[in-house]
Amino acid sequence: MSRAQFEDRLFGILRLVVIIALVVATVFPFYYMVMLSFRSTGALLLDPGALVPSLKELTLGTYRNILEPTSAGGQGLLGMLRNSALVSLGTVALTLAASVPGAWAISRLKFFGSRQISAVFLAVYLFPATLLAVPLFVVFSRMGFQGSLTGLAIVYIAQTVPVSIYMLKNYFSTVPVSIEEAAALDGCSRPAILRRVVLPLAAPSLMATGLYVFMIAWNEFLFALLFLASTPGKWTVSLGLKQMDNAIQVPTTVLMAGSVVLTVPVIVLFYAAERFLTEGLTSGADKG
Amino acid sequence: MSTPTGGTRRRKSPLAAQQNRAGLAFVSPTLLVVLVIVVIPILWTFLLSFQRARLIDLQNMNLFGDWTTDNFVQVFTQPGFWSSLWTTLVYTVGGTVGSIALGLVAALALRRPFRGRGLLRGTMLLPYVAPVVAVTYVWETALSPQTGIVNTWGRHWLGWHKPIAFLSTSDYPADILGLRVHLPLALLTVVAFETWRYFPFAFLFLLARLQAVPGGIEEAAMVDGATLTQRFRHILLPQLMPVIALLSVLRFIMTFNKFDDVYLLTGGDSGTDVVSVRVYDFLTASYDVGSAAAQALVLAVILMALLGVYFAFFAKRVQEEQA
Repeated sequence: MSRAQFEDRLFGILRLVVIIALVVATVFPFYYMVMLSFRSTGALLLDPGALVPSLKELTLGTYRNILEPTSAGGQGLLGMLRNSALVSLGTVALTLAASVPGAWAISRLKFFGSRQISAVFLAVYLFPATLLAVPLFVVFSRMGFQGSLTGLAIVYIAQTVPVSIYMLKNYFSTVPVSIEEAAALDGCSRPAILRRVVLPLAAPSLMATGLYVFMIAWNEFLFALLFLASTPGKWTVSLGLKQMDNAIQVPTTVLMAGSVVLTVPVIVLFYAAERFLTEGLTSGADKG
Repeated sequence: MSTPTGGTRRRKSPLAAQQNRAGLAFVSPTLLVVLVIVVIPILWTFLLSFQRARLIDLQNMNLFGDWTTDNFVQVFTQPGFWSSLWTTLVYTVGGTVGSIALGLVAALALRRPFRGRGLLRGTMLLPYVAPVVAVTYVWETALSPQTGIVNTWGRHWLGWHKPIAFLSTSDYPADILGLRVHLPLALLTVVAFETWRYFPFAFLFLLARLQAVPGGIEEAAMVDGATLTQRFRHILLPQLMPVIALLSVLRFIMTFNKFDDVYLLTGGDSGTDVVSVRVYDFLTASYDVGSAAAQALVLAVILMALLGVYFAFFAKRVQEEQA
C-alpha cells in the first residue's frame, strides 16, 4: 500500500470518527438538558447516570413549577418570557431602523469616509462590553432608567448595530444597481428607492438580520444583570434563571426545564433562517 | 424630472458633491446612535478613570474635576491584578486556539458533500446560537460532583476513585507519565467550554472558504502524486491562512473581553478570575466606579497593544505569503 493510499484510508476513517464525535459533542448537551427537564429531582439523585429515563418517572411538573407565577407557587418564568420578548423585539425594530439607511448608503453612495466607516463601526467590538457598562450603568441609575426594559433595549442597539450594518451592507450590494437606476430615471427620490425598491427586494435578508439581532438580544446576560438585577418584575429569562440559581434552592431539573424554555425559541428561529444567516455572516470570507 | 442632477454631466463635481451630501444624510442617523450609545460612554469611562468616583457621589459630581491617578495606582498595586491578567491571557489564547483548531477539523470533515450534510452543518452551530445561560447550566449540571453524568460515568467506567469538581478545583494534582503535575482544572474546563461554544464560528468561516478553493489545483497535485497531508499542507492551508488570521484576531478580541461565560460557570473563582469579571466585581460589590473604569481601560489598552504587536509582525507576514 502506497503512502497516498494509506493516508486516504486513514483519513477516511478519521473523518467518520470526527463527524460522529462532533455530533455527539454538539447534540448531547442539549439532549441531556431536555432529558433532565422531564425527570423529577428524586429520580435524578437515585440514578444520575441514566441516559434514557424510564417512562414512568417522566413528569411535566418541572415545567409547571418554572412557568407558573410566583403567586401560584411557581418561579414566574412566563412573565420573564414576556419581558425577554419585549426587549428583543424592541431591539430588533430599533436596530434595523438605525442601520438600514446607513448600510444602504455605505453599499451604494460614494461619500466622504464611505470606505472606512463600516470598519469604524466594527471597531466598537474592540472595546469590552464592561467598558461600556460602567458609564451606562452610571447614566441609567441617574436618569432613572435603572430597571427599565426600554433602557436595556437601547443598550442592546449599541451591541447589534455594527454587525447588522455589516450584514445588511453585504445583502444590499447584491441588489442589481440597474433596478435602482431605472427607478431613479422614473423620478424616484433616494428615500423612495430605498423604501419601494431595495427593501422589498432585500426582505428575506432583512428578516435574517433581524433574527440574528433577536438572538443576540434574547441571549444577552451582562447588561440585563447590571440594569435589572434589583427589579425582579423586569427580569429577562436569562437573568431570572441565574437569579433563581443564586437565591433560592430551585431543583436542578426545574432549572433545566427553564433552560429548555429559554433555548427553544432561539433554536426554532435559527433553523427557520439558517441558510440566510450563514450566508450573511460569512459572505466575503470566501474572498480571502 | 425631480432630480436636480440632470444637465450636470459635463462637470463631475456637482453630482459627486450631491451624492456625498446624500450619503452623509443617510448615514447620519446610524452614526448618531453609535456616537451616543458607544463613543460617548467610552470617552466618559476615560474621564471617570481619572476621578475619585463612587456611585453615591455621582449624583452631584462635576463631569470634569478632582483629577487623580489613584485609580490606576490602585489597579496595578492591588493584589491579584497581575495574576488575573495572566489568567485572562491563558483563557484567551486557549479559547482562541482551541475553537479555531476544532473549527478547522470540523470544516475539513464536512468539506465534501454527502447526504444530510446540510442538517449536520446546522447542528454544528447549536452551541454558538444557544443562550449562554442555558448551556452553562447544562455544563455545570453535567460536571457536578454529586448529580453530574460525567462524574457518575467516570467512576463507573474509568475507575475514578472520587468525583472530580471540575469547576471549583483550582489545583488538581495529576500523574501524567509518572510526573506529578498540578493542573489548573477549573481554568482548563472553562477553556474547554470556550472551545466547544465558539468552534462553530470558526467552522462556518473556514467551511465557506474551503468551498471556494478551486478543485483544479488539488486534482493537479493528486495527479503529481501528492498525498492527502501534503495537499493539505501545501495547497489548502496557504489558502486558509488569511481566514485563520482574521478568525484569530476576532476570537482573541471577543474572548479577551468575555464576561458571561466565566461568570456563569465559576463566578470567577478557583483560578478563573479574568479581568472582565474583576471589573464587574468592582462595580457592583464596592460601587467603586472610578476603579472599575480604570480597570476596564487598562484592559482595553492591553488588548490594543497586543493587537498592535500582532499587526506589526504577523499580519505583514501573511500578506507577504499571499503576494
